[in-house]
Order: sequence, then C-alpha cells, then structure tokens
Amino acid sequence: MGMTMTQKILAAHAGLQSVEPGQLIEADLDLVLGNDITTPVAVKEFQKSGATKVFDKSKVAIVPDHFTPNKDIKAAEQCKMIREFAHCMEVENYFEIGEMGIEHCLIPEKGLAVPGDLIIGADSHTCTYGALGAFSTGVGSTDMAAGMATGKCWFKVPSALKFVLKGKPQGWVSGKDVILHIIGMIGVDGALYKSMEFVGEGLKYLSMDDRFTMANMAIEAGAKNGIFLVDEKTLEYVKEHSTKPYKVYEPDADAVYDEVYEIDLSTLKPTVSFPHLPDNTHTIDNVGDIAIDQVVIGSCTNGRLEDLRVAAKILKGRKVKKGVRCIVFPGTQKIYLDALKEGLITDMVEAGAVVSTPTCGPCLGGHMGILAKGERAVSTTNRNFVGRMGHVESEVYLASPAVAAASAITGKITDPAAIMSV
Amino acid sequence: MKAKGKVFRYKDNVDTDVIIPARYLNTSDPKELAAHCMEDIDKDFVKNVKEGDIIVADRNFGCGSSREHAPIAIKASGISCVIASTFARIFYRNAINIGLPILECETAVKGIEAGDEVEVDFDTGVIRNLTKGTTFKAQPFPEFMKKIMAANGLVNYIKSKM
Repeated sequence: MGMTMTQKILAAHAGLQSVEPGQLIEADLDLVLGNDITTPVAVKEFQKSGATKVFDKSKVAIVPDHFTPNKDIKAAEQCKMIREFAHCMEVENYFEIGEMGIEHCLIPEKGLAVPGDLIIGADSHTCTYGALGAFSTGVGSTDMAAGMATGKCWFKVPSALKFVLKGKPQGWVSGKDVILHIIGMIGVDGALYKSMEFVGEGLKYLSMDDRFTMANMAIEAGAKNGIFLVDEKTLEYVKEHSTKPYKVYEPDADAVYDEVYEIDLSTLKPTVSFPHLPDNTHTIDNVGDIAIDQVVIGSCTNGRLEDLRVAAKILKGRKVKKGVRCIVFPGTQKIYLDALKEGLITDMVEAGAVVSTPTCGPCLGGHMGILAKGERAVSTTNRNFVGRMGHVESEVYLASPAVAAASAITGKITDPAAIMSV
Repeated sequence: MKAKGKVFRYKDNVDTDVIIPARYLNTSDPKELAAHCMEDIDKDFVKNVKEGDIIVADRNFGCGSSREHAPIAIKASGISCVIASTFARIFYRNAINIGLPILECETAVKGIEAGDEVEVDFDTGVIRNLTKGTTFKAQPFPEFMKKIMAANGLVNYIKSKM
C-alpha cells in the first residue's frame, strides 16, 4: 500500500520500510521545541524523570514568546526558570529577548526546520513547519520532557485528507482565506487525528508565507499535522535560511486518503471566522455591519513580512478610524527590521497603528491588547474561542491582514477591495 | 481501577481556553490552576466539584492549545475521569501522560445527563449510569496505559521502569 508524505517521514524516522494508519511507532526527533508557558512544566517533568542532560544540545529549541517581555512577576519567574535550564543544559537554540521571535515565525527563519524533518513542539501551532514539507506536530509538556531526555517520541500513524489546490487566488485572497475556507468546510474536528496534505498546481500561486499560515491552522481543524508538497519555492526558502541537510518526500501515487478535496483558489473570497469557533466562517460579502474596537495584525499565523506588506499597503496614506486600536506584532526581530527598512513601519505608525515587539501577546489573551467586556476585535490570529483575547464576553473575528487593515480604517469589518484594489 | 461520581455535562468543542484561560498560565501550580478550572464556561464548576466527580462532553473535548495545564487543572480539581464522544488529539495525549483517565464512548455520552451518578471500571471499560440504571461499554485501556494511570503519569511510569 502506498504511503502519504507524513507516513513516509514517520517510517523513515522509525527505521521502518513502511507504516500504515493506526500503527504505533517510536520515532527519532530532529527538533524538540518549547515556549515560556509549556517549558516550565516540561522542565519539572524532565527533572522528575531523573534525566541529567538533553539528548542533543543542537536539537532542542526554547523560545520565550508568550508572556514576554515578561508581563508580570510570575511570568518573569517562569522565564527565569527556563533561561537557567537552557543555560545549564547548554541548549544551543535558546532565544532571548533581542533575538527571539514568535516561535513559529522564528524556527523556519533560523533554518531549524527543513523538508523531511520530524519535529515536536509543546505548542499546538508547531504544525506550521509542514509548510516546508516537514512532519511537525504539537504535543504537551510531558512529551516535550520525554523528547528532550530521549530524542524519541511515540506516534500513532495518521491517515490523511488530501487537498488538491488549483487555480490562482484573486484580489486580496491570501493563504489565510484559503485555510479559513477549508476549516469552514470540514469543521473544527474535520481532520481530527489526521494529516492534511496540500498538493496541486495551485500551490505555485501560494508564497511560503501563505503556506506557513495555512499549515499553522491545520490544528484548527483538529489535524495532527498539515503538510505541503515541496516545490521550487520551498527549496529556495530552505537555501536562503538553512544549512541543515534535508530530504524531500513525495506521496506515493497509490497513497490512500480518507477524503480528497479539490479546491479552486480562483473562486475563493476573503473569509472571516465569526465567534466563537474558527469553522464559523462567512465570506466577506456576507459579513454585514459589524463595528469593531480593536484590530490585531500579527501572530504565528500572520506576523510575517508579506502580512505586514499587505497591511502597510492598505494603511499607507490613510488613518485608523478614531476610536479603533490597531496593534501590529511583527513575528521576529528580522521581520521587524525588514519592515522598518521597507518603510512599512512608518506607513503603519503614520496611519495611527502601534507596533509591538514580537510576542504572542493578545492572541491568547496574555497581554498587550486584552479586550474588555463587550468589545470586539478583528484579528489575524488563529482562535476565536470564548474569552480567547480577554473578557469572557468579548468577541474575536479571524481574518487576513488585508481584511484586518481595511477594517481598521473603517471601524467595521470591511472588504479590502472597498478601500483599494490589489 | 474505578471512578465514581456526579456528572458535569458539557457540549461539543470544549476548548483549552475555557478549561483554563491563558490569563492564569503564568503559573504551573496544579492547585492554583484548579481554582480557575472551567471558569469561562461554567463559573460554578469550582464551587460544586467534589473529589471523584466526572466530566462528560460531546465531540472534540480539549481542542485548541497544547497546554498541559488543561488536564492538570481538571485532575487537580478532583475530577476522576473525562468521558467524551471524541477528544482533540493533543489533549488526549496530555491527559494520559499526566495520569488523568479519559474514555471515548459516544453511546455513554448520549445516555448521561448533568447530575447523574456514574461509575467507570477502567479494567473492563464498563460505564454505569447509576441514576438511570443503564450500562455502556467503552474500549478499556491497553495494558501500558493502565500502568501509566496507576503510576500517576508517564514520567513516574518511566522512572518506575528504570
């Protein structure tokens, strides 16, 4: 029986010729990742297990990004603990404020994820690196601890859904709209325990930043991982960012899929997820009149340079509507600097937006933009659960950077085409 | 190994943000986390939950973030078992790893209401609704998972083997 991309990567890392869905395997890890929320729990478990060193100092990455720069004393204590752990274990990929970024923007940029890798991270959006043709998945702190100690993790081999993309996205449609459309179509548990495999000629119209956004939100459909076929764009990205050896896997022609979906990208419209689930999607022409208090542009989903370019293009020469707060979070220091050099930061600040240091911040209701009771935000982040960005009676609408920027100008959820053409 | 208690009943897609909101994740202390467990979906949960009680929910319980703080908060609040039609995969792994027993059983979920008294036998997978006098059968845990539960989590289990 043929294998999917994911199955091939898992088999190779378990030292097996082939695997099939449902099979339990133990596989070697290329990278184990954690942040300032999940690593403290992992460190405690690591110490409890009796381990005294990490399996490979170059294959552990720790990124304090959630409540940093430290939002309060408790957060500071957690960061101090993981800083000391990283130092003590001589973890090579610990990124302090000044060099850190939002982990899922930072790891690919630093060249730590490449095609064919098997990566676990104690953060659900670890699935982002599937954009590079790697198998990467979110786990909890105990799995992170065991991974750091042994370099191994057990997996149940997933079956897969195949998404055949064709056609060219029109107007302001981006990777974010494609993935929101897909989640709206299959539901928040539509890919539960499964892989989402993205293939097809439409791929060539999706930039790497689009693909990172899409793979990032595979978890929002319940998937174990999202993975993209490797093409020239992937290899160009890898060449530019990494010196790590990599391996390109392709699905077998006779690989078996639970479902195959064909998606014509040229028919998609900007898409918005209404509260309180990512699958509650509406196309922009069906949104109605929804006034907003805050706009968030950034996060591990949409905090990359292209996202900022789109936002700045729309905001340039215009003004954020009086009474609306527009907060921009570049994903990494490099993205911040590049945006600065390109003049994007100037354009956005002149429009009345504020630009923050890289942090997960408001996405999870941590800090730097919490919502009050009854307030409403348009956000380029990934979740709109009850209370996600603050008060239990606040609301989050998920959208692309283009929709978010357009909405900042009008003060209500707006089709970017109504502000300007691409 | 058995669990017995009163049922707290929830619907589809109970996410980790309502199980333990991120604003409390600046600590990993189980007691502190338990004090805010389910706060954004059920304000009275913490007030009413008693040692041994059981959570029953529909589909995709524990979706969202990978925070292990979610099963930790549930376990520390006194809950002895979570029964759902399906679980989000990271939550499932995390619950097993920290020694919180969870069972997937759609028929049981359909036949249990809030406040029912329920008994679970993890060795046989038999779930009894004592209030309604009905019985359901879930897949019992495989042997290695039973051992993880008995050791109170994966790390203790690994240690006990070394």
